[in-house]
Amino acid sequence: MGKIFIAAGLALGLSFGVFASDASASSGKAAPSQEWTFDGVFGNFDRAQLKRGYQVYQEVCAACHSLSQIYYRNLSEIGFTEDEVKKIAAEFEVPRGPDDEGETHEDGEQIMRAAKPFDKLVQPYANEQAARAANNGALPPDLSLVTKARKGGANYLHALLTGFADAPEGFKMQDGMSYNVYFPGAQIAMAPPIDDDAVEYADGTKASKDQISRDVAAFLTWTAEPELEDRKRIGIKVLIFLIIFTAMLYAVKRRVWAKLH
Amino acid sequence: MSENTRKFKNPVINWIEYRLPIFSFIDDSVGSNYPSPRNLNYWWNFGSLAGVTLVVMIATGIFLAMNYTPHVDMAFDSVERIMRDVNYGWLMRYVHMNGGTMFFIAVYIHIFRGMYYGSYKEPRELLWIIGIVIFLAMMATAFVGYVLPWGQMSFWGATVITNLFSVIPFFGDSIVQWLWGGFSVDNPTLNRFFSFHFLLPFVIFALVFLHLWALHEHKSNNPTGVEIKGDADVIPFHPYYTAKDAFGLGVFLIFFLGFTFFAPNFFGEPENYIRANPLVTPAEIVPEWYFLPYYAILRAVPDNFIDAWGILPVIITAKEAGVILMFASIIALAFLPWLDSSKVRSAKYRPIYKQLFWVFVADTFVLGYIGAHPAEGHFLLIGRIATAYYFFHLLILLPLLGRFEKTRPLPESISASVTNASSEEGQ
Repeated sequence: MGKIFIAAGLALGLSFGVFASDASASSGKAAPSQEWTFDGVFGNFDRAQLKRGYQVYQEVCAACHSLSQIYYRNLSEIGFTEDEVKKIAAEFEVPRGPDDEGETHEDGEQIMRAAKPFDKLVQPYANEQAARAANNGALPPDLSLVTKARKGGANYLHALLTGFADAPEGFKMQDGMSYNVYFPGAQIAMAPPIDDDAVEYADGTKASKDQISRDVAAFLTWTAEPELEDRKRIGIKVLIFLIIFTAMLYAVKRRVWAKLH
Repeated sequence: MSENTRKFKNPVINWIEYRLPIFSFIDDSVGSNYPSPRNLNYWWNFGSLAGVTLVVMIATGIFLAMNYTPHVDMAFDSVERIMRDVNYGWLMRYVHMNGGTMFFIAVYIHIFRGMYYGSYKEPRELLWIIGIVIFLAMMATAFVGYVLPWGQMSFWGATVITNLFSVIPFFGDSIVQWLWGGFSVDNPTLNRFFSFHFLLPFVIFALVFLHLWALHEHKSNNPTGVEIKGDADVIPFHPYYTAKDAFGLGVFLIFFLGFTFFAPNFFGEPENYIRANPLVTPAEIVPEWYFLPYYAILRAVPDNFIDAWGILPVIITAKEAGVILMFASIIALAFLPWLDSSKVRSAKYRPIYKQLFWVFVADTFVLGYIGAHPAEGHFLLIGRIATAYYFFHLLILLPLLGRFEKTRPLPESISASVTNASSEEGQ
């Protein structure tokens, strides 16, 4: 009888999900699962995809979205050479620090210098107020951690970017909003950002809407979890060691306890 | 040389032992000179697992504290710096994050084991009560710890939970302001929570020491619930239970590190990867999974419940009643030794209690499930029924059951039960 209750308890807990997330009315439609190279125990990032994703971010998303946790130097981790990183950084300008006379401004203008690999990625807006003012009152979220900060992660991002549609008849839209079933409440302040051929890939990959969304979702998974590959690589070694070691401990336990009987 | 000094083979050890009898202390505590019941099953592993997890939490926590900045403008970024730029910082943080979950899993199983086998009964009442105090200290530690990354759930969780103290009569508001160090959850709150989070684990450590001290006085309970009667009932802790605990630890670590390396955010709330913003309330404020049952109890009291009775003038509100119930749900556990009136310890010999125990376990799962959902509609109704049952079990069923339950005959001794029944549990 006790066993039955264990089973019932577990079934209750697991199937309904003490742990599992669910789609309540306020959260958007659940994103369908996609295949990603970084899925699973042996998952890896596809460097070419990350570079394409960076291109998408820079050419499309960066107009409104910051990536505040990322430095230009980090780009060497996704396959850019050191020189390439320097070149990428040098395309942007950051405020220069005080010079020997303590001057930071000239004729009332902030003196700028070219960005270096140790600088953070330059943000599109000076502050939250500026961002809201430029976006009809809405604040484009920082994207550094977005795949960890949303249920569904990369799947959600891909679904959101490809999920724009016309609002069904009778659905009341607010001014300047777009309809998207994957967004909580189905109304999002972001206009559909991506279309086929929104970017032209340097590596010749066909830039379909789906491909672009996929690439940028992969790139943003890397920005959120740059340790992912290290983590899985070390994790496999740790688990293999533990499984063997635990099997040995079991043998020891059996041996020790055999004396008792 | 003193007559009492124990002799070891190694002269260096003898030299130390004569001056500081630490080796005999270890041997008497967790060594070959500590007698344990011979029939402990694998459910008895979870005490040592909780102990190891505490040490892991302290060890990883020390390294995290070296790199963490308790300031509202920097906390979130300092955690991200740990994740990105500190060597193996991601490993320390993910072990610490998942360690919290594992600690609660181990301790919940440990508590349920105590309830199933009646471990709290005379003469182990204080041992049990110290355990409940440890559990409370763990909850406090986990709560203040969750605030430190200064994400959205950190901030709003802190706001909701600290506000609970406002229901304390007369002093409530002053206490809440005192906790905050101001008029809302802000930088002073974060500062003191960091301080508490560093202090409390060492308090827990000291309490664990008391817990073990009390344990060693009357030794472990066992699956039969029959006291140790002679040498045939016991085996030395080392090597038997050191070997068994080591194997259990291996299995536990596979589970623990499996999540840490391959699904580190499985138990977490995505919302907490969004920087705290006092101006934006999350759609749903949900605590960590291990607080969900209490969260369900907190929200279970209907608004008009107290009026409806019409007996008392309305002196407390639904919110106050919810807070009282939530704390009562834990405090009630401390009174288990007196609430449970049965003379028989182990559920093995208590056919009705055995079933009610599993119903109670299922009830806590239901409460956990309800705690994860908004308090409305049928969730609220189920939550109320489950809350009522929780207290019904502890306050009504257990005191009555001991009087009416027909228990099975107990074995004469632990050794008799081992030799008679080949169908013993565990081992």
